[in-house]
Amino acid sequence: MKHLNKIVFSLTALAFVAIAAFVASPASAAPKMKTIILATTTSTQDSGLLDELLPVFEKSTGYFVKTISVGSGQAMKMGEKGEADVLLVHSPDAEKKFVEQGFGVNRRLVMHNDFIILGPASDPAKIKGEKSAKEALKKIAAANALFLSRGDNSGTHALEKKLWKATGLKYEGNKWYQQTGLGMGQTLSVAAEKKGYTIADRGTYLSVKKNLGLDILVEGDASLLNIYHVIEVNPSKWPKVNAAGAKAFADFMVAKKTQAIIKTFGVKKFGAALFFPDAGKDPKTLGL
Amino acid sequence: MDLILEGLITAFKLLMALDPEVLSITWLSLKVSGIATLISVGIGISCGMIVALTRFPGKKFVVSVVNTGMGLPPVVVGLFVTVFLWRNGPFGFLDILYTPTAIIIAQAVIATPIVMGISIAALQNLPAKMRLQILSLGATRMQMVMILVKEARLPLMAAVMAGFGGVISEVGASIMVGGNIKGYSRVLTTATVMETGKGEFATAFALSIILLLLVFIVNYLFTLIQQRERPR
Repeated sequence: MKHLNKIVFSLTALAFVAIAAFVASPASAAPKMKTIILATTTSTQDSGLLDELLPVFEKSTGYFVKTISVGSGQAMKMGEKGEADVLLVHSPDAEKKFVEQGFGVNRRLVMHNDFIILGPASDPAKIKGEKSAKEALKKIAAANALFLSRGDNSGTHALEKKLWKATGLKYEGNKWYQQTGLGMGQTLSVAAEKKGYTIADRGTYLSVKKNLGLDILVEGDASLLNIYHVIEVNPSKWPKVNAAGAKAFADFMVAKKTQAIIKTFGVKKFGAALFFPDAGKDPKTLGL
Repeated sequence: MDLILEGLITAFKLLMALDPEVLSITWLSLKVSGIATLISVGIGISCGMIVALTRFPGKKFVVSVVNTGMGLPPVVVGLFVTVFLWRNGPFGFLDILYTPTAIIIAQAVIATPIVMGISIAALQNLPAKMRLQILSLGATRMQMVMILVKEARLPLMAAVMAGFGGVISEVGASIMVGGNIKGYSRVLTTATVMETGKGEFATAFALSIILLLLVFIVNYLFTLIQQRERPR
């Protein structure tokens, strides 16, 4: 048995050498307090905005940002557990609660765009041109037209639930109401394939629309405003949080230079800006 | 049809242009899954050897646990590894969540039972009397084990290929523990999911083709080793 043990030992040793070699390799040698975990929504990543902003931030500060793009709901859950340092999210009601409960500090307005109700060009529920988002949803329900919900506790899902609630209708459990449980881009694809209605943020829609057959049917209602805030996770709750890094990132998001980048982002590629910078503005002026 | 054609063209263009981002993603995929496979081969074949060549009570139970492990869903592994590696979790002090190292750990956990299960089957498949025969010809135990491994070379190489195939194609765990961070922990599969989410189907298609090519090349090399003429 001794020799068998020897082989086992050498193979195991090989495995550990492999691990050690990798741990020591530069790829994982990111400096410790120099990394920031940013939990954010799928829309900021899928629209390509972060790909534009992060290199600028990393270059000027030396921090390395680990972006985890999930729904706003999950992003805040990560914040609650101290598994993220800073959040960039768009779910105002949940954010207020998050800060009130002491999980986050320094919530600051960054930018906005708007949500739009999309659907197939044939528009079976005849909602095109409808001014009120609420009325549009009522029509969709009345026509039993397929509606695709994100169903993932994201900011978009939160808004959509709020709108449905306002209609006073029982929407869940209906055959025409389906939840994808996917990100915005994928939910748009599903809606396009199934010729259903859905609600999306304009940023993601503009950046993926070339492959879709969905039309904007309802827009411009005040209830469709989509507002992004940056929140630092409260370091007094979780000592392991990189508070300095979080503050640096939050400051960066509302800085003049960054706001200028946000303002022009997407103009060249999509023909229209995807986000409107709002740093320093009173939220009330946006209609909140 | 357009999409498939466009995807092929994009893949070709990305490959021809040696797009640095695509190259680094491909290289990271190969590196991460390669190391994970190496670890799983180290642990899987050695433990498999012990289980296959020794007798102990509860052996059938151990083997069935390993065989169940061959079907470990990557997302389940991803979830467990994430919870363990959380900053405020039991291994939080390591500070390796959302790094390529975390992906390697998750993938090694996925591949080890695969390699081990097939190794056990491969070694048990050898005629039982062969061991006695080898020993009676005067071989030491070490030599005997080496001969057995050589005899079982074909299925053992299949074990390595199955392990590698299982992890290079896996996305659930990689995205959970790696975070799909640009230029850092983004691998081919997670990039494909992301590009699909963005609606960039042509790019997603191109990445898939590159992934398939990579898997083919690696398996071709493995197969060359496997099918080599037996040294007599």
